[in-house]
Amino acid sequence: MEILDAKKIREDFPIYKNTSLMDGHPLAYLDNAATTFKPYKVIDAIRYYYENETSNAHRGDYRLSANVDYKYELARKKVAKFINAKDIEVCFTSGTSMSLNMIAYGLADLLNEGDEILITEAEHASNVLPWFNIAKRHNFVIKYVPLTKDGRLTVENFKKSITKKTKVVSLAHVTNVLGYTVDVKTLAKIAHENGAYFVCDGAQSVPHIKTDVKDLDIDFLAFSGHKMLGPTGIGVLYGKYELLTKINPLLSGGGMTSRFDTCGDITYSMVPYKFEAGTQNIAGAIGLGEACEYLQEIGLDKIYQHEMNLRNYAISKLEKLDNVILYNKDADHGIITFNIKNINSQDIATYMSSKGVCVRSGQHCAKILLDFLQTESTLRCSFYLYNTYEDVDQLVECCINGGDFLDAFFL
Amino acid sequence: MPFSYDANILREIILDHYQNPRNYKQIDSDDFIKIHMDHSDNCTDDIYVYLKVENNVIKECYWYGHACAISTASSSIMTELVVNKTVEEATKIMDEFNKMMKNEEFDESILDEAVCFVNTYRQPSRVGCATISWRGLKEAFEHLKHEGDCDCGK
Ligand SMILES: Cc1ncc(COP(=O)(O)O)c(C=O)c1O
Repeated sequence: MEILDAKKIREDFPIYKNTSLMDGHPLAYLDNAATTFKPYKVIDAIRYYYENETSNAHRGDYRLSANVDYKYELARKKVAKFINAKDIEVCFTSGTSMSLNMIAYGLADLLNEGDEILITEAEHASNVLPWFNIAKRHNFVIKYVPLTKDGRLTVENFKKSITKKTKVVSLAHVTNVLGYTVDVKTLAKIAHENGAYFVCDGAQSVPHIKTDVKDLDIDFLAFSGHKMLGPTGIGVLYGKYELLTKINPLLSGGGMTSRFDTCGDITYSMVPYKFEAGTQNIAGAIGLGEACEYLQEIGLDKIYQHEMNLRNYAISKLEKLDNVILYNKDADHGIITFNIKNINSQDIATYMSSKGVCVRSGQHCAKILLDFLQTESTLRCSFYLYNTYEDVDQLVECCINGGDFLDAFFL
Repeated sequence: MPFSYDANILREIILDHYQNPRNYKQIDSDDFIKIHMDHSDNCTDDIYVYLKVENNVIKECYWYGHACAISTASSSIMTELVVNKTVEEATKIMDEFNKMMKNEEFDESILDEAVCFVNTYRQPSRVGCATISWRGLKEAFEHLKHEGDCDCGK
């Protein structure tokens, strides 16, 4: 008995009905770390808002608008429940990148020249560049926790890297290149003992593993709706209430000020509204609320176990192939990073595409690949709840025949 | 594919240039225009195109860097095609190549081995690979046009 009936789950996802084939082969979508498919529950809710109740939130006195207020705030409640936060600690943003920028620019005001920001070389660009930018403007110092030779972050190395000057630690809970899970709870505790804020990039973790912000005791969390069955253009900035009241919003505009005068004195609205300037992605928020509910109905534990089953099955097959190089055999997440010996990753990805298999080729994050994997680029396969063992078989078949990659060019 | 092309032969051309790329070397000389075609998020190709132009004639052309099979073969063929051509002649070849990429009518007589990419238009994601060095060449020509416009950097 399988932990999840992925074939049954596919009935919830219209794409499997509408685009069942790619290039004449069954669609094997294995790029879930990039983005995910959407279930009817999400699509229908967005559609319902546009078709039946379009109006702005926090604006009108009429019933239609009041109803949207209710739906928008209900979505916030659903998201808050999903990560065990208080409603007022959940701010809607456009995605992880925006959330991380808001956190970085917000925290910049609380730091002093010479303060250190601690990250790693395995971070996604979105968790590197905002820190670079504030460091440059305010003379903060970026420091990296050294990774082990296979690219992992350990508690020991973290302890050695944190100093009394460290004011911010910002780490991905699960890294997007190698899919390693970081012991966030322990690291956050150490960060706090040293007087640093702990920022967590949850883009790759929140969709797959149960995230309890209270239990982890993190100060900020950023994640994206589109990687967890929700729409694009919506994401979340979670922050502890006291911290959200302390930091300034990056964006300003309508709906987030309670008062301002011509002298430029501004009184911001309450948290979380002060972080939601302008008309928000109302449909997106509603869709994300539904996605959270859908994932909870199925159960994140089950989803994670299903992904690990697929991963173990895939690894057991790929391991046997002489032409496959595996970079993260022992990762504890549904991301497999690999290459076919002596063949450029994009050549293979295009070949796989001609066989219906969607994987990502590329650098993902140049620094770590160059230093730790000794390769210019890799292939990345990433699972989700609707993936099946047949998807894996299709992938493995492509690896076996990878040497024929030019076939794709002569179809 | 038009019936006049034999897929096996085209495949052999690509394989040959991919496995033994021509004019592949790093150049460090001020006599050359050097164009860096850097990777993007979607493409890890990272190549240099080097061009030595005298009296409007391309005297030498090389390329260097990391690239997929399609970019490698295309860059190799490009350097062979344009050497000893005037800038105008090379531009004409480039124009015909680009027509082929768009599946428009093109003059195959001047494309020589580059016709091995006749199929590329069917895989839009590979057009970028097949054209990377040609785009580098185009940029080099832009530099030529504007040479002497300003003395900056000299
Ligand atoms: C670890 C990590 N952080 C941040 C991001 C950025 O997410 P978004 O593009 O949705 O803002 C991603 C997306 O790939 C990611 O994997």
